[in-house]
Amino acid sequence: MNSINQHINTSTIEKKIWEILETIKDPEIPVLSVIDLGIIRKIEIYSEIEKPPLGGLGVYITPTYSGCPAMDVISMNIKMELFASGFKNVKITQVLSPAWTTDWMSEEGKRKLKEYGIAPPNHKQQVCNDELFAPNEAVQCPHCNSYLTHRISEFGSTACKALYQCDDCKEPFDYFKCH
Amino acid sequence: MNDYLIKYILHLADNALILGHRNSEWCGHGPVLEQDIAITNISLDLIGQARNFYQYAAQLKSDGSTEDTFAYLRSGKEFKNCLLVEQPNGDWGQTILRQFLFSAYQFYLYEELQKSKDDQLAAIAEKSLKEVTYHLRWSSEWVIRLGDGTDESNRRIINAIDNLWKYTDELFIAADYETKATDVGIAVNLKIIKSKWQAKVKAVFAEATLIIPENILPRTGGKEGKHTEELNKILNDLQILQRTYPGCEW
Repeated sequence: MNSINQHINTSTIEKKIWEILETIKDPEIPVLSVIDLGIIRKIEIYSEIEKPPLGGLGVYITPTYSGCPAMDVISMNIKMELFASGFKNVKITQVLSPAWTTDWMSEEGKRKLKEYGIAPPNHKQQVCNDELFAPNEAVQCPHCNSYLTHRISEFGSTACKALYQCDDCKEPFDYFKCH
Repeated sequence: MNDYLIKYILHLADNALILGHRNSEWCGHGPVLEQDIAITNISLDLIGQARNFYQYAAQLKSDGSTEDTFAYLRSGKEFKNCLLVEQPNGDWGQTILRQFLFSAYQFYLYEELQKSKDDQLAAIAEKSLKEVTYHLRWSSEWVIRLGDGTDESNRRIINAIDNLWKYTDELFIAADYETKATDVGIAVNLKIIKSKWQAKVKAVFAEATLIIPENILPRTGGKEGKHTEELNKILNDLQILQRTYPGCEW
């Protein structure tokens, strides 16, 4: 049974782990932390008794897209950062279901994306069905805030983005598509 | 029990890997930059799905196999992909048609596989279905664009139908391991998805002013490891590095 002391200890450790995770960025969109992306499902802290001899840590992550090459790098960075902070026995488990959705991205993350020049995902999934030649989603230009934009391609520089262009300021931009 | 389940998982993985590899051959050669990026994005999704299946098969097999040994160290006759996905890219019309015929199949397959009694397969299907929805929409629009486009584009996609239609029956003919896995509620009942696939192809072909061929002698065997010569050409390219320098990384 956990004594009160142990309980306090665990939540302090947990707080520290979340702080470390906040520093780990998506290598392809370096303004977003793994927490902003919404890919951390949960963390589990194991005592020395549960995982002898030193205890351990379980981090559960949900990949954004099946083939996203950033996921391997992110997993490795999580391990290395936690290792550097003294967490030696870290196991990362991939959770596929429920599937990741852009609804899990934090508001803070969406704000950072826009500042970075990438249009953040719209709130509700509008184009994730199989309807053909559907009208373009109304996406706001991250540079001049105009809604007069059009889609150039629904596949962009990474799996998670589509390519748009602003009809007002003429700048092309990436849209983090809803998924 | 494990044996046919592993074969079924490898079949799902091989389909995704081989088509992913074929599409990746377009990298840097697409007709326009945006479509080059689109087809390679689809490639990436498919290879990611293949990895999820291979990792699961490796876990079940637990004999030291890994996703890499499955992809890089098996011979052609051990691959269980359908003949359709190994067919050459041809022109853009043939690549588009192959993607459409397969994405429509994979869309309904994953929709059903989400209900599998095997939790991990259901989870991979749920994840992958979101991606395949994009592939199906993109390839459907292209089939319509080409079929109902210019004389040239129409001629080319009809030529693609002539080349590929004979490989579509195989998608819906269950291999031995598929039947066994279906009987225990793990694999998808192909009869259920066949009619949905037919309806989808019919609707898109109609809009594209294309005619569905009839009385074509089907070509089968891929699911059981009997492939066209195309597969070995792919494997030569895909496996040469690991076979020449085992375990190499970069």
